[in-house]
Amino acid sequence: MRNIPQLLVHHPDDNVGVVVVEGLKAGTEMLCVITHDNSDFRLTAKADIPIGHKVALKDLKAGDTVVKYGEDIGKMVGNAGTGEHVHTHNLKTKRW
Amino acid sequence: MADLANTSVNAWRRENGRVGVRNHVLILPVDDISNAACEAVANNVKGTMAIPHAYGRLQFGEDLELHFRTIIGTGANPNVAAVVVIGIEPEWTKVIVDGIAKTGKPVEGFSIEQKGDFETIRQASWKAKEFVHWATELQKEPVPLTDLWVSTKCGESDTTTGLSSCPTVGNMYDKLLPHGLYGCFGETSEITGAEHICAKRAATPEAGEKFMKLFQAYQDEVIEPFKTTDLSDSQPTKGNILGGLSTIEEKAMGNLEKIGRTSTYIDAIGPAETPEKGPGLYFMDSSSAAAECVTLMAAGGFVIHTFPTGQGNVIGNPIVPVIKISGNPRTLRTMSEHIDVDVTGVLTREMTIDEAGDALIDMIIRTANGRHTAAEALGHREFSMTKLYRSA
Repeated sequence: MRNIPQLLVHHPDDNVGVVVVEGLKAGTEMLCVITHDNSDFRLTAKADIPIGHKVALKDLKAGDTVVKYGEDIGKMVGNAGTGEHVHTHNLKTKRW
Repeated sequence: MADLANTSVNAWRRENGRVGVRNHVLILPVDDISNAACEAVANNVKGTMAIPHAYGRLQFGEDLELHFRTIIGTGANPNVAAVVVIGIEPEWTKVIVDGIAKTGKPVEGFSIEQKGDFETIRQASWKAKEFVHWATELQKEPVPLTDLWVSTKCGESDTTTGLSSCPTVGNMYDKLLPHGLYGCFGETSEITGAEHICAKRAATPEAGEKFMKLFQAYQDEVIEPFKTTDLSDSQPTKGNILGGLSTIEEKAMGNLEKIGRTSTYIDAIGPAETPEKGPGLYFMDSSSAAAECVTLMAAGGFVIHTFPTGQGNVIGNPIVPVIKISGNPRTLRTMSEHIDVDVTGVLTREMTIDEAGDALIDMIIRTANGRHTAAEALGHREFSMTKLYRSA
């Protein structure tokens, strides 16, 4: 079987990636692909993370700007270490 | 991919030169209280379709204009061969009939007052039957693929739409718009957080300014006066959040993937308005609610709709085939009956966006040639009028 990535990242500047497989378990060493240039790297998931949900690519602290598509998509309102889940519990819009 | 400029599909060339890919005989209510008569006529005469809706009485001003524009635009859409219009009274019925008649297609109006439902249904049924005989003898002919008007709007989005199904639509537009296709995207509130990027994708400064004006008006007139704490319970939706989208900015970035890498929009138009600046991409001011948005784009004259979904939106439209595209493997596993184009290979890196765009173009060609979409096969005919404010 070919190597199918568990995590896709839009842009080299992004600090989060997206889980693209079902049933990802904590401890999985994920194959991560940056779609912008097809480069890849490895990262260990620190939690069970559902398909479509985001993973921190570096340690993120409350107040940090989250970057995806190479663009600002909101701010951290809690912390997430590398490989941890980033979602509505720790990431919030800067609008509204 | 084949030579797109010289690819043709078999479709109906209408009286006004526009191309339709379906051949509906519509029984169209002017107002909510004429729905029953329309449904009775559609039941009497097979091969017709009634499209009941919720409004049309005591509306005024801009809201009434939008109502008329939507109903007239629906009847005028090239996917419609002929129309029977039924309203409670003759005057607004005539407004609708006259609007549709400008296309040159057969249309006849009936009003219920002084007759009652029975007599109206009797008269309208005879006319509907005549229209069915006429429409079913109309022949398809080869027409250029790029004579089609193809709109887009995504729904039940998640992070996979921004990675796969939305850029698939974008790739299709990048390939077809240069050959003369008309395209349309919208979802005004859902561009929040990426409006600066959207403004830069205008073909001219005028188009960009028009977009920003419509965007700001939506914020000022719709969002700000009515929002509670914030819109995080509506945008992103609960379904979006389940799918992993956390903020409106993130959703907006995925949304804009639908206009590709090279495409630029030549104008920003109001809801249900018909493009008037020739072939190219248009932004339409619209809600991000799926049925409302697709209804408005259909009323603007678009004949095929491309609909990326992540978590699995099931929407269809009565007159426009809605082609659904998904790259989410869980959605393909659990609700594949709703999906026309499977782009899960983009996530596994077994399919490129270029290949996914070609697969969508192939499905547009097949749909134009007559293949029923999943939504058509499943009977999804959501027709939702956009209402701007309370009636008088």
